[in-house]
Amino acid sequence: MKRFPVLIAAALLCCQQLAAAQTLLIRDARVHTMTAAGVQAEQDVLLRDGRIEAIGRGLETPAGAEVIDAAGRPLTPALFAGITALGLNEVNMVSSSVDSGVTQTGSPEMRPEFSVIPAYNPHSSLIPVTRIEGFGFSVLGALASGSIIGGQGQAVRLDGGYDSLVGEPLLFVALGEGAAELAGGSRAAQWMLLEQAVGESRSAPRAGDSNLLTREGRAVMKEFLRNGTIVFSVNRASDILQVLQFAERHGFKAVIEGGAEAWIVAAELAAAEVPVLLDPLLNLPYNFDLLGARMDNAALLQAAGVTISFSGAGTHHARKQRQLAGVAAANGLDQDAALAALTINPARIFGLPGGRIEVGAPADLVIWSGDPLEVSEFADQVILGGKLQSMESRQTRLRDRYLVRDPKLPRAYLH
Amino acid sequence: MLRNASISILFFLSSVAIAEVPFPSTYEPVSNSPTLLRNATILTGDGQRLENTDLLLADGTIQWLGSGEVPAGTEEVDASGRWVTPGLIDVHSHLGVYPSPGVAAHSDGNELTNPVTANIWAEHSVWPQDPGFSRALAGGVTTLQVLPGSGNLFGGRGVTLKNVYSTSYQDMKFPGAPHGLKMACGENPKSVYGPRNQTPSTRMGNVALYRAEWIAAQDYIAQWERYRAKAEEGDEEAVAPVRDLKLETLAGVLRGEIIVHMHCYRADEMMTILALAEEFDYRIGTFHHAVEAYKIADELAENQVCGALWADWWGFKMEAYDGIQENIALVDRPENSCAIVHSDSAEGIQRLNQEAAKAMGKGRRAGLDISPERAIRWITQNAARSLGIDEVTGTLATGKMADVVVWSGNPFSVYSKADLVFVDGALMYDRADPARQPVSDFELGQLQEVAR
Repeated sequence: MKRFPVLIAAALLCCQQLAAAQTLLIRDARVHTMTAAGVQAEQDVLLRDGRIEAIGRGLETPAGAEVIDAAGRPLTPALFAGITALGLNEVNMVSSSVDSGVTQTGSPEMRPEFSVIPAYNPHSSLIPVTRIEGFGFSVLGALASGSIIGGQGQAVRLDGGYDSLVGEPLLFVALGEGAAELAGGSRAAQWMLLEQAVGESRSAPRAGDSNLLTREGRAVMKEFLRNGTIVFSVNRASDILQVLQFAERHGFKAVIEGGAEAWIVAAELAAAEVPVLLDPLLNLPYNFDLLGARMDNAALLQAAGVTISFSGAGTHHARKQRQLAGVAAANGLDQDAALAALTINPARIFGLPGGRIEVGAPADLVIWSGDPLEVSEFADQVILGGKLQSMESRQTRLRDRYLVRDPKLPRAYLH
Repeated sequence: MLRNASISILFFLSSVAIAEVPFPSTYEPVSNSPTLLRNATILTGDGQRLENTDLLLADGTIQWLGSGEVPAGTEEVDASGRWVTPGLIDVHSHLGVYPSPGVAAHSDGNELTNPVTANIWAEHSVWPQDPGFSRALAGGVTTLQVLPGSGNLFGGRGVTLKNVYSTSYQDMKFPGAPHGLKMACGENPKSVYGPRNQTPSTRMGNVALYRAEWIAAQDYIAQWERYRAKAEEGDEEAVAPVRDLKLETLAGVLRGEIIVHMHCYRADEMMTILALAEEFDYRIGTFHHAVEAYKIADELAENQVCGALWADWWGFKMEAYDGIQENIALVDRPENSCAIVHSDSAEGIQRLNQEAAKAMGKGRRAGLDISPERAIRWITQNAARSLGIDEVTGTLATGKMADVVVWSGNPFSVYSKADLVFVDGALMYDRADPARQPVSDFELGQLQEVAR
């Protein structure tokens, strides 16, 4: 599944070189390890070469190390921003600035070979806007107008590098009420078309047959079915069960995004070991697939043994993920589980190395002003790849420009 | 000025023309016995914080804070460790006009057939069975203004509702609340009509059309004044002008009876609108959304214009690109400011307290000293002022409507919830008692086979 082997190799090389320049020692942090070690107070954490080198009390300061005093504040892994179009979408309604989806023009109907990755722009203003709020990674989603197969996306570290993609490519599929019109008006046809695509990927249609996939699409589909992860955007309980059966039939790894009614089929999800990325704020029947949406969905899934994470705050407001987790915690989800759903769980779901604080793990960390799930607390310092990240964004620059009262020159000169 | 306007409207409605006002409020509070809230931390909504204080609700109003007579039969609520605030007010909602489920058959919020639809009234689209009302109530919202959408320059009249389910919207209509007029700047109107080769297709087209309509409204007022003068002189041949619903609304604004709620994002456009209001001698009550309001915070305060804002929305459209999380705190900074947290969202209306908490937190980090007792004004007193109902609700003071929320803790924490919500003294939501949690007709009996 390594579709970008050269890029990934380049990424490792680049980041190791950059990170080697900095050794950081964080003093006196309350460490949320997201491992069996739980929460450890008064810990020092040493970061070198982009990795966590040591954790403990009273660590010696290595020569040349920069020391940051956390003064007892919480330290967590950098958080997961959900499935977004960060770096693919500057302004939603300015279509020329949006690359997260493809408008298809007829035949063939499905283009699983479409990948958003070549469009990723690490210099988007949204990257620092999101990062300074404590977010270190996201999954770039893909969607297509005209097909239930959205195409491919991938996880990305929000360090602003050209080469920050991590993990394996993911295939995105949209199902249910919103997507039924992409399948001729019936959600039953979604399964008809998916099974046809599966069939085509296994044996090419004969000349003259109408086909859903290009030759490249067949190869991609075949690879995902054999050894890949497919993310299904789906909410209704009965549709979720169809996904579980489809995944079992063909043997790939499924992830549910949405899952408003997942609590109804929590036992089945747990048995199939299919994780759910849900929106804990969803409690209204915006459509008929959401009649069962409820605020304690996360708590019920967690209790049933389903691996959960959060998504649903969107791209520009990805930083709201933290509020989603807080609201889940206010509605029955254990606070540690809510934090796990923003860190270790998405790392595991998408096969990423981070999401935990232990020796050897990537040094992607955040020092918080207080409880990281609380809406009036904020990230004080973000560290990615062992490096202190700037806590400025285009938005903080605007703030600082207009905080000044009665400037002598027009504000255009305040920069 | 706005304050005076709202008082005169209430006077106008109550003493002169109530019988002539079509679609009047038929709201009646649910009957209730007196309730004493004991030992609460009270945010009064006007900037005060009272610790370990008692509050008596009776006969639909707040009887006293602190100490006073407790009538026989009073229900007592131990509010130790809990916080009490005025019922929250959302000045910008589309509940009922864009209800859940959001199917096309329910899409009743934007009459996109003409850029000037000052004749339409949002209340005639309100579906009182929207499940969203119940969720907003669970979030402590006791009053909301339902507005038409922003596709038109003059979108039509908004309506202020008490958040109490009934079969008819008139039973929800806030007694005596003035109508609002929804207007819109910027991208939305021009993007609806431009592609149809209609005016407006540009921002300058927007302004030209506003001006043309205000001129027509001035003329309409003059026609009626001439007619009335003639009639008073006994001229039997005087003929009344034909009523024009569109111009009636605009004339209501020019006479100060209807409050303008102006959807506007960019600072430069808001300044243009303030100049336009000066040209035609009317007032802008509130700029809504106003993601760039922080750039003109002093001008808004000087003109006594409120800013109804989101805590952190930005970037979804070009005119929202400069949104910052300190917008509310910066708009709140000048003296006599009127910063408001609004939702424009069936999700956001459920947690206005959290939105205010985010804005307060970001303001503090920018060095602005904002206490909870100040920030609560953004979703109570200031919102009531925006709707012209601050004489009767929005603060906890003797004689005010007993619209009250008891929170499980500090309402600016993500972990706190509304435990009890009173509307006019009646307990309309109790988190611990399903019998005091409304369920709309639409949701009743759904997912019958699923154990909940």
